[in-house]
Amino acid sequence: MSNSDSRPRPALKLPGANALGTLLGSPKAQLGFVIVLVFILAAVFAAALAPGDPKKYVGKPNQPPSAQFLLGTNPQGKDVFRQLVWGSRLSLLIGFGSAVLMTLIAVVVGMVAGFYRGVVDDVLNFVMNLFLVIPGLPLLVLLSAYLKPGTVTIIFALAITGWAFNGRIIRAQTMSLREKDFVAAAVVSGEPGLSIIFVHILPNMVNIIVGGFIGAVTYGIMASTGLAFLGLANTADVTWGTNLFWAQNGGALMIGAWWAFLPSGLAVALVAFGLALINYGMDEITNPRLIAERNIQSVLRQARLPRMRATPVVPHEH
Amino acid sequence: MRYILRRLGFYLAALAVAITINFFLPRLLPGDPAAVILGTSAAKLTPENLRAVREALGLSDAPLIQQYGLYLAHLFRGDFGISYTYFPTPVTKVIANGFVWTLLLGSVSLVLSFALGNLIGIYGSWRRGGLVDTVFPPLLIFIGSFPAFFLALGLLYAFGVKLDWLPISHAYNNRLPQGFNLPFLLSVLEHMVLPATTSVLLGIGGWALGMRNVMVSVLADDYVTMAEAKGLKQIRIMFVYAARNALLPGVTGFGIALGAILSGQVLIETVFSYPGLGFLLINSVNGRDYPLMQGLFMMITIGILAANFLVDILYTWLDPRVRTG
Repeated sequence: MSNSDSRPRPALKLPGANALGTLLGSPKAQLGFVIVLVFILAAVFAAALAPGDPKKYVGKPNQPPSAQFLLGTNPQGKDVFRQLVWGSRLSLLIGFGSAVLMTLIAVVVGMVAGFYRGVVDDVLNFVMNLFLVIPGLPLLVLLSAYLKPGTVTIIFALAITGWAFNGRIIRAQTMSLREKDFVAAAVVSGEPGLSIIFVHILPNMVNIIVGGFIGAVTYGIMASTGLAFLGLANTADVTWGTNLFWAQNGGALMIGAWWAFLPSGLAVALVAFGLALINYGMDEITNPRLIAERNIQSVLRQARLPRMRATPVVPHEH
Repeated sequence: MRYILRRLGFYLAALAVAITINFFLPRLLPGDPAAVILGTSAAKLTPENLRAVREALGLSDAPLIQQYGLYLAHLFRGDFGISYTYFPTPVTKVIANGFVWTLLLGSVSLVLSFALGNLIGIYGSWRRGGLVDTVFPPLLIFIGSFPAFFLALGLLYAFGVKLDWLPISHAYNNRLPQGFNLPFLLSVLEHMVLPATTSVLLGIGGWALGMRNVMVSVLADDYVTMAEAKGLKQIRIMFVYAARNALLPGVTGFGIALGAILSGQVLIETVFSYPGLGFLLINSVNGRDYPLMQGLFMMITIGILAANFLVDILYTWLDPRVRTG
């Protein structure tokens, strides 16, 4: 935009571009994005970053970090740094894979329920509430006890137990968008329901869907790590969860080999923290309440008033 | 009243679905489920035991619908069969023992994180931009980003192993006589500190942030400005006017939080070998104790459904708008 005209101009924007703008519009979200990106890059370039087989026995067990083994060795005599870097591959794949599946189910079920109402909504809403009250982790534990553990199995199990949270939010948003004039116009002009849902309503809730997707990635990584730690995943795979399982299995903490534990646990926490930052950052930009809140803050700061009262009073200067 | 009845109907339907899931899960096993389930521990079991377990799980050669009927009949008699790992204790008895500990640990941590979280939220919204408001939210989000078991292991290592201040496993001192005597109760309290702290650390952030954000919008309401204009004390406006109404959305979250606490508790109980339902569940999975596994899933689900129903009743009582809606 030129310097002479600084007024915001109404411009035709693609909903996708708009979503990316809100995704990266705040410093919090940017920080979160950088953190997550670092781990994604580590997963992609694992072979260059930590060459060698992470499952190989490399030396004496429980060696502390050194120049030879950057993060030491674990109780099974494996290189912790290799395990950390290579573990990001499957952990992130499971997280993002299950999140894609969860979001797909949530979008289809939530939007169809919110748009059609009546019997369709009653049935779908019942199903959503059902999945919300059935305890997720215990069901996951049972599923992994009965099914053969594997990456695909765990992705599907996570998706089945985790989609309903987003489904309910998307349903509520669809119900409120359905009352808008542009939807009424599409209905009157005789467009079929599914095309109204996915062509007209969907682009208007990209923010909510992206927010839900980010939450779903966190859920997927956290839950799969927990299951692997309990020994319910395929323990031959290298993920952050199985790294922690082997460290615990070898009694690493009891002999004080904290380096076998810290890297993988910290990696999960940092990814989850980064994703949470992205979500909070997005919320700051799209939530009118928080925008108003920021404006109040800046007024108070200018007036040098500490925020001590329920209703702050700014003295008027004459 | 109609609202309550409708919710009751929903929970009964949910219960029916959970029962059905529980019935079909063993049938996901590759091959003949009965052979796998009974095969692992068959040596220990007498023929009567075998038959009892088969019937409790509804595993027989009869058509599926008859198996389902048999399974239902046993379920309503409260008969889940006999546990393999705690042989020959009936599953119901094993579960009853675990239930007490899970309920104790769960309710203590839920009440603590609810109270502390909401207080931080209220205080933060009161002094917006102050120390509490700038430091706590990111800190709590960061702590909440750790997997439950990892935080539990960290606390166990620091306070149980390195400093050796607190016991690292089990729920009470085995050498003390059980009952309502002071040494025993103190040992229960001592054993609860680490697991409860883990659970509170994980749960508190959600309550604090939720409360803060609702408070921010409630504080902008006219009746708060009115109260301020009347010259009421700040503390009265905060707690009696604003916080009371801001608590309402939190109560709805209570039901979901119960489920979340129980899920997190599975991992925490396992790390601390705390003998609750979660610890039993993992033990039963590792020991291929299918009757106990099935019974535990059923009990956990029933517990969560019942708790949610109680929250619904509480909500009707707190928010008159629901009663007519």
